[in-house]
Amino acid sequence: MPNLRYAMFLGCAIPYRVASYEISARKVAQKLGVELVEMPDYNCCGLPLDPASHDVMLTLAARNLCLAEKQGLNIVTLCPGCAGTLRKVNRLLKEDKHERERVNGFLKEAGLEFKGTIEVKHLMQVLAEDVGLEKIKETVAKPLTNLSVAEHNGCHVVRPQKYIGFDDPENPVILKSLIEVTGAKCLDYMDETECCGAPIVGVNDKIPLSLAHDKLAHMKAVSAQAVITCCPFCHMMFDTNQMRIERMFNETFSMPVLHYPQLLGLAMGFTPEELALKELRVDASKVVGLI
Amino acid sequence: MTVEKKESEPKEATKISEINLQFKNEVKKIPGGERMMLCFQCGTCTADCPIARFSDSYRPRQILRMAQLGLKDRVLSSDQLWLCAACYTCVDHCPQDVEISSVIRALRNIAVREGHMPPAFKELAGAIMETGLAYKIPELRLKRRQETGLPPLPKTDVQSIVKLFSRIGFSKFVEKGGRQ
Repeated sequence: MPNLRYAMFLGCAIPYRVASYEISARKVAQKLGVELVEMPDYNCCGLPLDPASHDVMLTLAARNLCLAEKQGLNIVTLCPGCAGTLRKVNRLLKEDKHERERVNGFLKEAGLEFKGTIEVKHLMQVLAEDVGLEKIKETVAKPLTNLSVAEHNGCHVVRPQKYIGFDDPENPVILKSLIEVTGAKCLDYMDETECCGAPIVGVNDKIPLSLAHDKLAHMKAVSAQAVITCCPFCHMMFDTNQMRIERMFNETFSMPVLHYPQLLGLAMGFTPEELALKELRVDASKVVGLI
Repeated sequence: MTVEKKESEPKEATKISEINLQFKNEVKKIPGGERMMLCFQCGTCTADCPIARFSDSYRPRQILRMAQLGLKDRVLSSDQLWLCAACYTCVDHCPQDVEISSVIRALRNIAVREGHMPPAFKELAGAIMETGLAYKIPELRLKRRQETGLPPLPKTDVQSIVKLFSRIGFSKFVEKGGRQ
């Protein structure tokens, strides 16, 4: 049984706009015996500035890794963007002596040094690999057998495969199996593995909204009763922007979008209030009605 | 929102004076850009790109070709350079193991150095330098955290971020007053 104690890397988007993900994740983690230790002094993972300066991204990521090394804890993140970035940089700096020395040269300015003593995982990876499906199954008090949902994985949980090395990006099955442990049915749909488009909102809105519209239409076509996400940005794309998409395409979806821990939490017997379901933009009461 | 040029619009002929033969070496020096010259223009990246499917003008294959040919000014000033969503599908699918989205990121890094930084990134960088996080989180939301039973949000030692930005030589690109 692995040690289930982690440094909780919150990132920026979740405390800024997606509290319901954090609230539900903490509830579920506690039930599973996963201890989340706060990370004082953490900063942005660095990914948002990678387009502006690769060195800034490397250094911001490495600073966080150093802080967790000092705590002597592996990192868990709820955001796939943070997980992907910290995981990739952690591996790069462990394997590439030249890059490690270069980045440590920057970090010296802040009195830090990357040593390479910890690991980084996204919540889905912790649930699948460290907690395990069997243990999760034992906590399911109310199987959600009346529910059929669609999953949306979040690109950075699985891609690029050569750096992440988790699940199969062409045929991802892990989020599906985590959903099915709750008793809900997870449906296949067209273009399931495709990106939601969120990262370019602000540069161009028409393309990501069209992408998300197509995905919602494909989920609706297989009669999904809800979408399950594990990324704050994908969630904003499908939930926060759903009304905008409906207006733009003159089409109604009314498709509830739940964070994975909200789904699991419902199966564990937590109330919708405890899981902050009322914070979702698209009303999720019809999902609750099916339980 | 970016105004997109239709592919069917007539294109001007490329002038030899536009070509910068050293450009490929500049790209190859940035991590992720090393394998750019191995792209043999098969178009897998564009065929599998979810953004290209909904855009009339975003074609990763074309961006790679422009960079290979040394059409530096054209590629660095193009709006299309900022449309990659970094989903990394092209990285997983490229038969030549060229990290297409990393090459595009390397091109963006050069574009920023040469003064083509989109305002959104200036705001992000400003917020990170002032708070440690990519967004300035309003007080009200910090209070709500506690009301909903969440632990207080840790505070970043901003001075250390300022020192790091300055050490990397990035401070000059940062604009004060990040997005709220």
